[in-house]
Amino acid sequence: MSDLSDIAHGLEAVARAIAGPEARATALRRLSGGASQETWSFDIETGDKSRGYILRRAPGGVALGTSAQSIGLETEAKVIRAAIASGSPAPPVAHVCTDADGLGAAYVMDRLPGETIARKILRDAPFEKARAVLARQCGAALARIHATPADTLPPLPFSGAREQLDRYEEVYRSFDTPRPIFDLAFKHLRDRAPTPPATTLVHGDFRLGNIMVGPDGLVAALDWELAHVGDPTEDLSWICMPSWRFGQMDKPVGGFGAVEDLLAGYREAGGDPRINADMVRWWTIFGSLKWGVMCLTMFRAFETGADPSVERAAIGRRASETELDLMLMLTGRL
Amino acid sequence: MLGEPTAKQLVEAAASFLEKVAAPQLEGHAAFHARVATNVLAIVARELELGPAAAKAETERLAKLLGSEGDLDAMRRALSAKLTAGEMDISTPGLAEHLLATVVDRVRIEQPGYGSMKRV
Repeated sequence: MSDLSDIAHGLEAVARAIAGPEARATALRRLSGGASQETWSFDIETGDKSRGYILRRAPGGVALGTSAQSIGLETEAKVIRAAIASGSPAPPVAHVCTDADGLGAAYVMDRLPGETIARKILRDAPFEKARAVLARQCGAALARIHATPADTLPPLPFSGAREQLDRYEEVYRSFDTPRPIFDLAFKHLRDRAPTPPATTLVHGDFRLGNIMVGPDGLVAALDWELAHVGDPTEDLSWICMPSWRFGQMDKPVGGFGAVEDLLAGYREAGGDPRINADMVRWWTIFGSLKWGVMCLTMFRAFETGADPSVERAAIGRRASETELDLMLMLTGRL
Repeated sequence: MLGEPTAKQLVEAAASFLEKVAAPQLEGHAAFHARVATNVLAIVARELELGPAAAKAETERLAKLLGSEGDLDAMRRALSAKLTAGEMDISTPGLAEHLLATVVDRVRIEQPGYGSMKRV
C-alpha cells in the first residue's frame, strides 16, 4: 500500500490527531531521496490556517530494517524527542503512527524550511553566509546531541570503534574479493583504535545531505535511523569523510569548513574538550573505509537481484574513490 | 579507418544515444537512472581503453613487490594476506607507490573527475 490515495486516507486521521476534529490533510506529495525510508510532504489545514509536515515511513509501511544497524522508526522518533529536549536542532515529532492510522511503521514531523542538497549548500549564493558559520554550528549541534541524558533515551545498540572495525571487516571479508588498500587500512586503524573519553548518544549519519541548512546556517539534523551509543568523535568525523566533501577536498568539514572551527563550536557548546583533531583523523580514515565497504554492500543488492537498478550496480565502482582517499590520508596528502 | 566498430565505439554510441536522445525525454527517477546509465557506459568505454594497460602494470609491480610471479588475482590475494598479517606495511619500500599507482589507474577509469585526483 504505497498508493497516494491510501497514504492520503491514513493522513486524514493523523491530521485530526494532531490538529483537532476539523483538520484536513492536503497537498500530499512524495519527496525524492531517502532510499531506505519513504518521505512524504503534506499540509494540515484547520480553518484558514495551514502548516507543513513530513511523513517518514518504512517502505510500503513494512519495517524490514533496511540495514542491520537501522533502529526502526518508533525508536527513531523517541531518540529525536530526547535529543530535542537536550537542546539539539532536529525536526519536532508531531505524531508517531499507530496501527489505527493504517500507515504502517511511520511518524510525522514538522516540515522545516531549508535545503538539504549538498551541492546547493556548497555553491549557491543564498548560503554564502551560512557556509561561513556552518562548521562551528555543526560542532555546537553535535555537542547538544551528545549531551542527551542516557536515561531519556530508548534502548540503543552500542557500537564503538572496535565493534565497527569488526563488523565492517567481516562484511569486507565476506565478499572474498581482495582490495589490498582496505587490508592496509584495517590493520593501520586496528593498531591505533581509540578509546573514547566517554560514550554518548551518536547520531550516526551526520553529514551534508542529512542536515537542513537555511540562509543563517544549520536548521536541523535529519535522518536519525543509524543512531546508537558509542564514541562521540564518530559524529564529528563522518561529516569530514572525503566522499562527503563533494569535491571540495581543501575544506575538511563537509567541503565548507575547518576541523578547528568544528571542534571550537563543539567545545563552546559544552562538548567534551578531550576530543582532539587526531581522534577526528582516526575516525575520518575509518569513515572512508566504512563508506568503501558500504558501496560494495549496496552493489550486493544488485548482484543478488534484490535491487536490479543501474544505480545499485554503479555504486560498486565508487569503492575506488575511498581507496584513493585512504592512500592519500595514510601518506599525509589529504 | 573503415572496417567495423570497436567495442569502445559501440559503447560510446549507446552512451551518446542515452544522454542526448533518451534522457531528455524522461522525468524523475527514470531520468536519474538514465544519467547513471550514461555514466556506467562511460566507465565501460574507459575500461576498454585503459583497463588492459592498467592490469599489466599492476601485475608487473606486484611481481616485483612480492618477488614471485602469478596471475593478478592470486598476487592481489597474496598482498592482502601480507598486509593483514603485518608482514608488509606502509613503510615497505615500493608498497605505497604500488597501491597509489593502482588505485589512480582505477579512478581514472571509474571516476576521472573525482576531487582527490588533484592531490595525486
